[in-house]
Amino acid sequence: MSLLSVSGLEKKFGGVTAIAGLDFKVDPEIIFAIIGPNGAGKTTLFNLLTSIYTPTAGTVTFDGHDLTRLKPFQIAKLGITRTFQNLQIFLNMTVLQNVMVGCHLRSRCGIFEAAFRLPSVLKEEKRVREMAMEALEFCGMQDIANRDASSLPYGVLKKLEVARALAAKPRMLLMDEPAAGLNDTETVSMSKLIRDITSSGVTVLLVEHNMGLVMDVSDRVLVLNYGELLSEGTPQEIQCDPRVIAAYLGE
Amino acid sequence: MKRLAGFYILAAVLIATGLIFPDSYYVTVVGVTICTNAVLAVSLNLLMGYAGQISLGHAAFFGLGAYASAVLTTKYGTNPWLAMLAGVGISGTLAFVLARPILKLKGHYLAMATLGMGIIIHIFFVQADWITGGPDGLSGIPEISIAGLAINNDIRWYWVFGGLMLFTTWISLNIVDSRPGRALAAVHGSEVAAQMTGVDTASVKAQIFVVSAVIASVAGSLFAHQQAFVSPESFSFFFSIELVTMVVLGGLASTFGAIFGAVLLSILPEFLLVFEDFEVLIYGAILMIIMIFLPEGLFVSGSRIVTGWLKKRELSTQ
Repeated sequence: MSLLSVSGLEKKFGGVTAIAGLDFKVDPEIIFAIIGPNGAGKTTLFNLLTSIYTPTAGTVTFDGHDLTRLKPFQIAKLGITRTFQNLQIFLNMTVLQNVMVGCHLRSRCGIFEAAFRLPSVLKEEKRVREMAMEALEFCGMQDIANRDASSLPYGVLKKLEVARALAAKPRMLLMDEPAAGLNDTETVSMSKLIRDITSSGVTVLLVEHNMGLVMDVSDRVLVLNYGELLSEGTPQEIQCDPRVIAAYLGE
Repeated sequence: MKRLAGFYILAAVLIATGLIFPDSYYVTVVGVTICTNAVLAVSLNLLMGYAGQISLGHAAFFGLGAYASAVLTTKYGTNPWLAMLAGVGISGTLAFVLARPILKLKGHYLAMATLGMGIIIHIFFVQADWITGGPDGLSGIPEISIAGLAINNDIRWYWVFGGLMLFTTWISLNIVDSRPGRALAAVHGSEVAAQMTGVDTASVKAQIFVVSAVIASVAGSLFAHQQAFVSPESFSFFFSIELVTMVVLGGLASTFGAIFGAVLLSILPEFLLVFEDFEVLIYGAILMIIMIFLPEGLFVSGSRIVTGWLKKRELSTQ
């Protein structure tokens, strides 16, 4: 039984069709990569899956729930979190605080309890701190927990986004170009992290331009071109597909 | 107890000043003004500094509280505390109703919308003379008493407003360092990322808008009793701007920065009185110089300079 299923998904911006009638299914606990030339609609697809955009037509179903009418925070509640192509780190916080925001759904303290700092708040704060540290340790960032996010280099912030997204204990993680702008060492460590995430039971949807990384970690690869599905299969199948080669290299 | 260290220092200063100079005009009369402004600045800072949502209409909620108390106590003989509660109800409800449509807007548009809200409420104070007394205002607002003690002189009012300021500061510090506080800061940092971590951004923005309105309303009610008189000019657009200036001047997203800004802007006019006609000129120049050279605000930049200097000294002695 597939975890995510997309059928007839379409998104038009005025006269431009960014996604044109897309159908695919994602099985649980795999790494599912989405590749395609620039402008193929990969990030648009992510924005549709997380309701940042509303689709023009079609449906997205996650574990039996229709996502198309939900708000982004409700999608997070169902167990989907994401990272962003252009970093969306809370630069006004420390590393730990960023990840503590990630624990928002796993805690419940309201503004009234917080204002009067009732005993329940103190207990929960301690628990949230522990959960956040756990996510940081998973990503190997526990040593910089108290640094200001704004003082960290790009590669570290990329990882911080992953830690924050994982702190919500999602069932599916959408990663938008996790290796973009990383050097070789950082890329290797990122692919290891992606594998660890799947081993821990989280399904990973990956948009990435680094073909080495994609072919290395993915279980399934979907190729988009001009908003349409060009091909789907295992990394080996995709690499041999003449249509994919044509789209990337030109005929 | 490091989290509340600043709060204890503030409390100590406030209490010591009140005990040592109970008869000084600067402590009691100016002190009440400072505390009122500090309460308003701290509550505005929750919305503006932490959540990053500008409001150019904060004085309106201060006014609603003041008028609710003034009208109910003078015209209907309501108990002052019930009147204050009614003010809280009115301000809180209005803030709640307006929050979702208004806080959907961003940047300049949000500024315009809150500006409009402030102006409309101010016009209501001026025009609805059958309730508010119009431009002449309402006088004869009765004094209040707390636990049988009539608040009828300057030093007692100092303790009341000082207490309210400490209470507001405590609440602000608590909220900032909690789940809802982090959600607010997340909205400020990146709204889309906040949503994707499960924060219902529209709801947290509405909540903090209501909280800041309610605090302003309570301050307004006490202000009405302390002055025994209210008129629309205390709650004009210019006062809203002054509150924004206090928050920005002290340093956004810092509770003590907001207090610092309130203290400075409340005291400065008193000191500048000696310059007579040039008072406003010098006042404006000081604000400009601070914003040009310390754009993060006096308190925030100032404490950064001090900690940097201490670190340097530590290194050189090692």
